[in-house]
Amino acid sequence: MDLGLDVEERDGFAVLSVRGEVDVYTAPRFRERLIELVTEGKHKIIVDLEGVDFLDSTGLGVLVGGLKRLRSHDGDLLLVCTQSRILKVFEITGLTKVFSIFDSVDAAVGGGSGGAPTT
Amino acid sequence: MAGEVIELEIPARAEFVALARLVVAALAASDSTLPDERIDDLKLAVSEACTNAIEAHDAAGSAERVLVRCQAGADSLEVYVEDRGHGFDPSELPDHPPVTDPDRLKFERGLGIPLIRALVDEVDFSPTAQGTSVRLVMRLGVNGSEPT
Repeated sequence: MDLGLDVEERDGFAVLSVRGEVDVYTAPRFRERLIELVTEGKHKIIVDLEGVDFLDSTGLGVLVGGLKRLRSHDGDLLLVCTQSRILKVFEITGLTKVFSIFDSVDAAVGGGSGGAPTT
Repeated sequence: MAGEVIELEIPARAEFVALARLVVAALAASDSTLPDERIDDLKLAVSEACTNAIEAHDAAGSAERVLVRCQAGADSLEVYVEDRGHGFDPSELPDHPPVTDPDRLKFERGLGIPLIRALVDEVDFSPTAQGTSVRLVMRLGVNGSEPT
């Protein structure tokens, strides 16, 4: 099962685009990549979930851990997601109240500088 | 599909969880009364149950396989996920702080059982001789799970 993890820079943010399925098998690679970014000094991260086909609680755990790690560095982790089946997982677990979720990377870049998230 | 029973035994390793959820989703998709959204819900619930089963096997050092059994009835689709790794007791899971509490970020795990409960129409956890059996029920012809 493939998991795509691509990183690009956008206006001071590291944008981590995730593609494929995030579950107990692939989540360790996702966690490792996030930790690498933080270790490299990237403390403002946007995780783009638009290419994700499936995300379970293991993936949520990676994001919660990433947010905790970034906040300890006075950073932040923003999400991009418009897919209802993925958003539903955040809604059920109440994590829409924990994460700022935007409908595009552009909106997140703007929102992370003071704009408003979609959720 | 009614009356059919399909059993799948997967090695208790993380890479096989995707296979289990794909098989169950394919079976669920063969029932035209189950909308795609409900199939996605079941797929996620199966993934969570299999993940818990595999973790139970890991904790017990068990090399046994995890059993996934799908049973299609006239009114419902039932999926059993059975571990042989001494199981787990969902009532012993710690309560998480509210999501608005900063301490909530200390908890990266423990979201699977609440997800399962929210996604399927019925769920129960039963001890077996070797571990735990998780029974997931999706009612056919129902557009969404009942409010909890």
